[in-house]
Amino acid sequence: MNIANKDLNKAINKKIDTRNRIIAYAFLLPNFLGFLVFTLIPVLFSFVLCTMEWDTSNPIKFAGLGNFITMFKDEGFYISLLNTIYYTLTVVPGTLILSLILALALSKGSKITNFFRSLFFFPYISSLVAVAVAWNMLFQPDMGPINEILRSLGISNPPGWTASTVWAMPAIIFVGIWKTMGYYMIIYIAGLNDIPVQLYEAATVDGANSWQKFWKVTVPMLTPTTFFVTIMLLINSFKVFDQIAVMTNGGPGRATNVLVYYIYNQAFVNFKMGYASAVALVLFALVLTITIVQFKNEEKWVNYM
Amino acid sequence: MPINTELRRSKPNLTTILGYIGLSIAAVLVMFPFAWMLSASFKPDNDVYEFPIRWIPKIFRWQNYVDIWKQIKFGVFYFNTVKLTVIITFLQLLTSSLAAYAFAKIKFKGRNTLFIAYIGTIAVPFQVYMIPQFIIIRKLGLSDSHLSLILIQAFTAYGVFLLRQFFMSIPEELSESARIDGLGELGIYAKIILPLAKPALTSLGIFTAVFVWNDFLGPLIYLTSQKNLTIQLGIRLFLSDYNQSFALIMAAAVCSMIPVVLIFLIAQRFLIEGIATTGIKG
Repeated sequence: MNIANKDLNKAINKKIDTRNRIIAYAFLLPNFLGFLVFTLIPVLFSFVLCTMEWDTSNPIKFAGLGNFITMFKDEGFYISLLNTIYYTLTVVPGTLILSLILALALSKGSKITNFFRSLFFFPYISSLVAVAVAWNMLFQPDMGPINEILRSLGISNPPGWTASTVWAMPAIIFVGIWKTMGYYMIIYIAGLNDIPVQLYEAATVDGANSWQKFWKVTVPMLTPTTFFVTIMLLINSFKVFDQIAVMTNGGPGRATNVLVYYIYNQAFVNFKMGYASAVALVLFALVLTITIVQFKNEEKWVNYM
Repeated sequence: MPINTELRRSKPNLTTILGYIGLSIAAVLVMFPFAWMLSASFKPDNDVYEFPIRWIPKIFRWQNYVDIWKQIKFGVFYFNTVKLTVIITFLQLLTSSLAAYAFAKIKFKGRNTLFIAYIGTIAVPFQVYMIPQFIIIRKLGLSDSHLSLILIQAFTAYGVFLLRQFFMSIPEELSESARIDGLGELGIYAKIILPLAKPALTSLGIFTAVFVWNDFLGPLIYLTSQKNLTIQLGIRLFLSDYNQSFALIMAAAVCSMIPVVLIFLIAQRFLIEGIATTGIKG
């Protein structure tokens, strides 16, 4: 072995390494700068900010755990947390079931099914502000078409929807499900089409009827998809904001004041930046828990094959 | 619902017919708000809440679509939103594809650590770090500017992740043989990888554009003066200033949806297939 040659190789490799690194950094730089300053640093900074007190005009003060103590004594925080849970516990199963039913009906590709798929998917990409404004008019208690239809069906005293503390949340939930079920339908259709046809054929040979095939083949084979859909739905439900900001402003009273709406108000209306960051960390803890559960259980759920 | 397995057989039977009837009813319910919005946008205000609903207006008031551009600065809002959408989508595609190329195709020290920093932030919702982000933008003196939104939305970790995954699936041999032919990294990126990654770039472009166009929370936090507002904020402003002008509000809502509807009509197969393939992994 020629030592000089070995050294030369080493030197060349080192040169390539350095060259590669310089090129790689050049490629990364434009994106990384933006990512660093406007995503990574803010994410890390949010853990510091929750221990601070800042109203945007006076200097920042250290508050220790003060924000968290305030939060645990704050009724508004609990109300927003409960409202978020209410929204989540209804929107997640509601969307899941409806999107699955639509997917089952439309799993086979044809001109007709593609047309229906497009219709059901359309609300998902439509502008939420525009549709929330329209829903607000539809839900209008005195003259809105929804209550007019209910009255013509013989319900003399229909709900007050966005004007009622009891019915505002169901209206918000309704819009939430309507908006996203088409998206999850698409994901379910992809999941359904991944199920091997042979399994259905084998079940037919064994004399299974449609109902049995659904419960013994479709449902178990779909669990990875269902798991994914559930995780996405949970995380997105925790983050609900837009339709509330447009339709109810968190009201009437605090009936639809959810976590993100509460954070937004504390930060950008009341200018309690530190306190709002503390509440935002609760949101993060919720999302993180779900994400960890997803990673831990992925194998357990997916091993049906 | 046993419709699925029934539909797999080609012969139309009772279940299939019932299935399509059910689907048609569901489709009518889902499209109801859009139909109502469109119909109301052509009516005089007094007729908007007419019941039973008259889908074809008695009097067509085309004037609504003229008035919205006069009564509020709808043109300015429209222009602002187009501008933001174009700039952010372009920067997103350009910078994410460059970064994704480095992550997927160049071996360098610290690659994995850096990539973990990127994907680690994908799991953190915007709502968690929007406050520190706001403080940084403010310290940079960029509050109430379009630049603030461009900076916070053009460099997403998700875009880099999505493209990196796609670039990884492009065989290494292609880049190798190009290197032997004397092409530099920038040449390989521009002449080999980008043309092959068109589907992924199109998907990312469409989703970014639709997201920016529809975004509400971002502009709500950053934009305050009227001349800077986007169309989504514009409609909300309309709602508070002219809350009895029902038909005008609906006309504004219809106009705000036109670009998204166009994208949908042109690229719906792309959108739907994009979700079916990347939605699961992403």
